[in-house]
Amino acid sequence: MRAPVSWLRELVSIPADQDGRRIADALVRAGLEVETVETVGDGIEGELRIGRVESVEELSGFKKPIRWCQVHDGRAVRGIICGARNFSIGDLVVVALPGTTLPGGFTIGKRETYGHVSDGMLCSERELGLGDAHDGIITLEEGIASPGDDATSVLGIGDQILDIAVTPDRGYALSMRGLARELAIAYGVPFVDPGQVEADLPAPSAVRALVECSSDDMSACQLFTIRTIAVFDPSAPSPAWLQRRLQSCGMRPISLAVDVTNYVMLELGQPLHAFDANKLQGGIHVRRARHGERLTTLDHVERTLDIEDLVLADDRGVIGLAGTMGGLETEIDEHTRDIALEAAYFDDVVVARMARRHKLSSEASRRFERGVDRELAPYASARAAQLLLEFGGGIHVGLTGVEAPITTSAIGIDVLEPARIGGLDIAPEQAIALWQAVGCSVDGSEGLVQVLPPSWRPDLTDGVDLVEEVLRLVGYDQLPSTLPQSPAGHGLSAAQRARQLAGTILSARGAVEVLNYPFVADQELDDLRIHPDSIRRSRVKLANPMSEQQPWLRADLMPGLIAAARRNLSRGAQDMHVFEIGIVFQGSAAPISDRPSVEHRPDAATWTVLNESLPAQPLMAGGLMVGDLQLPGWWGEAKRYTWIDAVAAVESVAEGLGVTLTRTSASEDGFHPGRCAQFMHGALVIGVAGELHPGVLSAVSLPERACAWQINLSALIELAQQVRPAPALSTQPVAKEDVALLVPVAVPAADVAAALARGAGPLLESVRLFDVYRGPQVPEGLRSLAFALRFRALDRTLEASETALARQSAVDRAIKECGAQLRA
Amino acid sequence: MSGPNTQFDPKQVAALDGQAIEDMVQQAIDAIAGATSLSELKEVRLAHAGDRAPLALANREIGALAPAAKAEAGKRVGFARSRIKEALDARQDVLERERDIKVLLDEAVDVTVPVPGLPVGGRHPLTTLMERICDVFVAMGYDVAEGPEVEAEWINFDALNVPPDHPARTMQDTFYVEGSDSGIVLRTQTSPIQIRAMLEHPLPIYVVAPGRVFRTDELDATHTPVFHQVEGLAVDRNLTMADLKGTLDHFAAEMFGQGIVTRLRPSYFPFTEPSAELDVQCFVCRGDSVGNPDRPCRTCGSEGWIEWGGCGMVNPRVLAAVGIDSSQYRGFAFGMGIERTLMFRNGVTDMRDMVEGDLRFTAAFGLES
Ligand SMILES: [Zn+2]
Repeated sequence: MRAPVSWLRELVSIPADQDGRRIADALVRAGLEVETVETVGDGIEGELRIGRVESVEELSGFKKPIRWCQVHDGRAVRGIICGARNFSIGDLVVVALPGTTLPGGFTIGKRETYGHVSDGMLCSERELGLGDAHDGIITLEEGIASPGDDATSVLGIGDQILDIAVTPDRGYALSMRGLARELAIAYGVPFVDPGQVEADLPAPSAVRALVECSSDDMSACQLFTIRTIAVFDPSAPSPAWLQRRLQSCGMRPISLAVDVTNYVMLELGQPLHAFDANKLQGGIHVRRARHGERLTTLDHVERTLDIEDLVLADDRGVIGLAGTMGGLETEIDEHTRDIALEAAYFDDVVVARMARRHKLSSEASRRFERGVDRELAPYASARAAQLLLEFGGGIHVGLTGVEAPITTSAIGIDVLEPARIGGLDIAPEQAIALWQAVGCSVDGSEGLVQVLPPSWRPDLTDGVDLVEEVLRLVGYDQLPSTLPQSPAGHGLSAAQRARQLAGTILSARGAVEVLNYPFVADQELDDLRIHPDSIRRSRVKLANPMSEQQPWLRADLMPGLIAAARRNLSRGAQDMHVFEIGIVFQGSAAPISDRPSVEHRPDAATWTVLNESLPAQPLMAGGLMVGDLQLPGWWGEAKRYTWIDAVAAVESVAEGLGVTLTRTSASEDGFHPGRCAQFMHGALVIGVAGELHPGVLSAVSLPERACAWQINLSALIELAQQVRPAPALSTQPVAKEDVALLVPVAVPAADVAAALARGAGPLLESVRLFDVYRGPQVPEGLRSLAFALRFRALDRTLEASETALARQSAVDRAIKECGAQLRA
Repeated sequence: MSGPNTQFDPKQVAALDGQAIEDMVQQAIDAIAGATSLSELKEVRLAHAGDRAPLALANREIGALAPAAKAEAGKRVGFARSRIKEALDARQDVLERERDIKVLLDEAVDVTVPVPGLPVGGRHPLTTLMERICDVFVAMGYDVAEGPEVEAEWINFDALNVPPDHPARTMQDTFYVEGSDSGIVLRTQTSPIQIRAMLEHPLPIYVVAPGRVFRTDELDATHTPVFHQVEGLAVDRNLTMADLKGTLDHFAAEMFGQGIVTRLRPSYFPFTEPSAELDVQCFVCRGDSVGNPDRPCRTCGSEGWIEWGGCGMVNPRVLAAVGIDSSQYRGFAFGMGIERTLMFRNGVTDMRDMVEGDLRFTAAFGLES
C-alpha cells in the first residue's frame, strides 16, 4: 500500500514537524511495516515554471522531427527546442529554467542546439521522476494553473510516499482511512472517520430504471448494493489531483468512472466496480458459477469457472468474479452514459479461494481476503457517486441492495490481561482507552469487560487480539526484559551428540561437509545404476518442483554429493573428500485425507495415522572421494583415495560411536562389483563403502577410481552404547604367537581372523592380520595369511604350554571352519 | 712376607726416577689433549695406558728395586697411571659429548617445508552455527527438538492456526508432495516442530529446534529454496512477553557480545498473538553509524539494528490444537534464519556460497563458525 503523506495529512492533523521518515517510524512502532519512504521528484533543484505554448515551428533536416517552440512563462517568452510532439499551441506545459537540476544530476543550460539557442526545457514525467511516461511532455489541464506559477506544487513535487507492507491481519490498513486512524492514535490527535461520513447526494430521480440486484448466497455475500447513475458524461476527465493521487499510489488513471472507484477504494478500503448499465441484460444476481461457464475478465484472460466460484451474473450469464475482477463485456468504455456501481461485502475465504484458483490477485481480492469493513459499502458507494456526479455530471437514480443481518459479538476479557501477558503495568483505564481508540466499544471498567470490535476490524476475534492491540499501542519498547525460571534440562540427547561427533570425526579426517539440495532427477538415479526396487530409489515426488527435471526427493545422498564434487571440479579443485549428514526420504507418502480438528488435541489413532502417512526419514551420512588423499611432493609419490579410505571413513565413525560392525564384500548398485564392502550389525546393513563403478564414473563425468561411502546414521546411533563398560587391563606379560595359514582365495580374511579368535578362547588379547601373500611358494587357488596373536591372562604369567594350547585350538578352528592349512 | 734383600745390589733404575715418570705422564697428557676424535683417543689410550705403555713397562721394573725403594716407586707409578686415566676419561667425556652434538646437528631438517598431512577438512558453518545456538539454549535448560522435513500439512499449517484459505498460506510458497491433495508438504518453517514438541513432551516445555526448511524461491544472492531456521518454544505457567524479550536479549548477548540487546516491532504471524518482528542491535557499530555519514556501517546499513527473525506469544488457538489449557499455560516462541544470521554475523555476502558446497568456503571455517 503506497500512501502519500499529503493525503494522510488531509485526513488527520499530523504535527507539522513530522516528515515522511518520522511518520513511517510512528507506523512501524504501531506494527505496520514501512518498506520505503520516497520523495516525489527527489533531486530536483531550481525552478520549474508553468508555461503556455505560443507557437511551434517544425524543424526539418534532422534525424528526427524537432520543434522550435515559443513558450510564455508568465514573465517572458522563451525559445525552447523540444523533441516531443504530443502538444499543440495553447497547451500548458512545465518549463525547467536554465540552472535547474533534474533527478539524476542533469542541469539545464541555455545552449545552442539544432541551430537555435534553447532557453530551458519542456519536461516529461520521467525526466522529473514522477512516473514512467516519456513518450511526450507533461501537458496540464486548463484551469489548474496559469503561466508563471511554480510547477512543483501543481505536480506534487516534494510530497513523500510511504510504501507499506500490510500483514494479512490488517486489511483495514489497505486504506488511507485505516492508516490515518493509526496515525491519530500514534500522535494523540482527534480523528474523524471518513468511512462513517454520509456523502451528500441529490435525491434519487427516476430518469431510468434502477439496476436491480439479488443474491443466492447470503453467507458468501452478506451485503450487495448497486447504485445507478444516468446520463453521465463519458468524456469528462478525472481531475488532475485525483489522477496524481492514483499515480502516487501506483495505479494508472484510466477514465473518470474507473478512477473514482479506485480512488474511493484507496481512500476508504472498499473495493468498488462500475458496470456499463446499458450492457447489462436485466439485474445483477450473485450466485455460484455453473458447470462449464466461462468469463473473460478485464485482463483479457478467458477463464473456465469452477462451481465453487462466486460470480455476478445478469440474465445472459456471468459478468464478474465476486470481489476479484469484473468481466470484459460489461466494462465501462468511452461511450458509457449509465453506470451501475457495485459495492458489496464478500466472504474472505470465498474470495481467497477464487483468487488462488484463478491465480488472480487483484486490488479488490487482496482487500476482501484480508477482510473489508462489513458496514462500509453504502458509505463508499455514496462517496463514489458524489465524485462521479461532481466531475462527470449525471443524475443519481438510486440504490438497490440486499443484506443479511449483521451479527456482532463482544469479547469478554479481564481488563488486566494485557498487563499479565505483557509482564508490565497497564492500568485498566489505559487499556480501555486504547481499545476505544482503535474503534472498539467497551462495556465495563474493571474485572471482566465486554469489548465489541468495530466493523473494520474483523481480525479482532479473541482475547489475545485485544491484548496485542494494547501492547502494540503502549509500545513493545516498554516491555521489561526478564528471564523465565526454566526447569533443569537434559542436555543434548545421545543421538544429537552422536550426530555432532560423526561430523567432527569425518572433518577431522580431512572431509569437507556440504549441504546439498534434496531434489533429484531420474537421470541422476539411472546414472548411478540404482535399481528401481532399491531402497535408494526415490519414491516421494513433488507436485511443484523447482525444476521439472528434478521432481524427486532424495532417498540417497549420492546424487547431491556427485553434483557438489562436479561443481568443485569445475572450479579447479582436483582432490576432495566431501561428505553430507542429512535426512533422506525412503518409501512413499500416503495421502492424508483426514484433516483433524484444530479445536482439540488429535487422538492417539489420528496422530499415528498422520505420522505413518509420512515417508521414513532416516538420517544418513555419505561421502565421495576424488583424486589424491596425499599430493606428491618432496616426501614422495601421490597417494590416491582408494576403497580403503572409504572403508576407513565408515569404520572411524562406527568406532567413534562405540559400534563394531562386520565388513563383508557386497555388490551395491553403482559400486565396483569387486571393490565394495558392506557393514553389518547382525543381519542389519548399516553402511556401504568402496570404489564407484567405472561405468557410473564415466556417466557422471567424475575422474576414474573415485570412491564413496554411505552410512545409515540413524541405525548406527541406535546401536551406539550409551554407557560403555571399562576394560579390564592386565599388567601380566604378553605372549606372542604368529600363525601363517594357507587359505582358499575365496575365503575372506575377516572370516579366518574370526575363526582364530573363536578358537583361541579367553586368553586371546588380539588377532591381527599382518601379511597376505600369493606367489610361487603358495599353491594355485590358495593364499597365505599371517596373523599375529597376543595372549595374556589377567592374573598370572601364562605358561608356554597354555599359550601353545590356545594357539593350537585357534589354528584347529581355522582349519575346520575355513579350510585353512597350517603353512609349514 | 719379604724380608730385607740383603743380597740385592743397590742401584738406581733410570725409568723409575721421578723426572722420568713425570715426563711420561706429561707426554701422555699432551697426547690425550691432542686427540680430536674418539678413535684417536683410543690409540692414545693404547699407547699411554695399555700393556705396552711406557708406564706399564716401568711398572714391571719395580720388582728389580731395592726393597726400600719399591714402595715409593710403586706409589709414584700408581699415581702417574691414575692421572693418565683421569685425563683419558675426561677427554673421553668431552669427545663423546662433541660427537653426540654433531650427530644431532647432522640430523637437522628444514622444519618449514610443507608437510604431507591429511587434507584440511571442515564442518559446514551452518551446521556449527546451529550447534552453537543450541548450546546457548541448552545452557538455559532447553532441550533440542527435531522433526521430519516431509511433514503433514496439518502440522505445518492447520495446527499452527493457518487454516486452508488463510492469506498466510500464500505468504509462503510451499512445496507439495504429489498426489491429489496429498496433505503432505516439505515443511516451510521449523514451527511444526513446536506442534510435535507440545504433543509429545510433558509440560512445562522449553525446546529449541534447528532444521532445514523449504520454499519455492529461486536461488539467487539472497534467496534459496532450501534453507535453515532455528525455532524456540517455551510453554509454562505465567510466561510473559517480558520473558520472551529477556530470553532473546540473553541469546543476542551470547551470539553477538555482552550488552547487545534486541528490539521487538509489532507484526503478524498466525501462530503467535501478540506477534513481533525481532531486530538485534548492530554488534559492529552498536548504533554509532545512525545519522553519522562519516562512519557508515555495512553490517546494519547504518540502521543500528539488523532484522533477525520473528517472535510472539503462542496463540491460544495453537495451544488448543495440541490440547494445552490456555487458561493454565502460556507460551512464547521465536524463530530466525540461520543463513541470514551467518550472513551478517560472519560477513557472507552471497547466499549461493552457503548452498553450492564449494570446498574453499567450508574449509575456511574449520570445525567452528
Ligand atoms: Zn552497524
